[in-house]
Amino acid sequence: MRRLILLTTLCLALQGCAHLGVQPWEREVLARDDMQLDVNALDTAFDDHIYFSKEGTSGGRGFGGGGCGCN
Amino acid sequence: MLFTAIFASAAFGATPGAADPLDLASHRGQVVIVDFWASWCKPCRQSIPWLNAMRERYGTRGLTIIGVNVDAERRDADRFLNDVPIRFEVIFDPKGELAKRFKVKGMPSSFVFDRAGGLAETNLGFREAGKDQHEATLEKLLNQPLP
Repeated sequence: MRRLILLTTLCLALQGCAHLGVQPWEREVLARDDMQLDVNALDTAFDDHIYFSKEGTSGGRGFGGGGCGCN
Repeated sequence: MLFTAIFASAAFGATPGAADPLDLASHRGQVVIVDFWASWCKPCRQSIPWLNAMRERYGTRGLTIIGVNVDAERRDADRFLNDVPIRFEVIFDPKGELAKRFKVKGMPSSFVFDRAGGLAETNLGFREAGKDQHEATLEKLLNQPLP
């Protein structure tokens, strides 16, 4: 019984790798404007403000910022 | 080189009867561009007018362009075609079977075959700056004698 469960789990785990990610020609939904991480500029600005106020981090979104906490 | 040969033979050889939508063997003797595009692909809005221009300029000298649309929904492709008319043959590949066969790595992707049917060039993406170089390659291929 235990062996059967193990085998089933293994088979399921292997199946999990059958479809890795989206193919380049299937990026239709991902390419939509409302699927972009920075679709709402105000939200993005607030998020960034929170990051640099709380964590002393900023940048990484395509603009400058060294994370020195001095701005 | 070997890869190219294998690839070309695979692309040309894989013609199981009349069911194959992309019959490259029937275009042998011509320079063929197979261009994969989609309505959601922004650089395609630049590459397709350029391909139209190439077709106009070199069509009589033996250039054939085949567009392969990979949109899952036909109406998306039709909407794009309203905005950006295509003046060459278009094959619709909603399930991505041709894209899989050509192992497309990004959109747009184009595959250029010489007159003998060998894969001469693959292009990923489209940049305005690369247009002259692509055109020079086409000139060179079109100037090669018929096999």
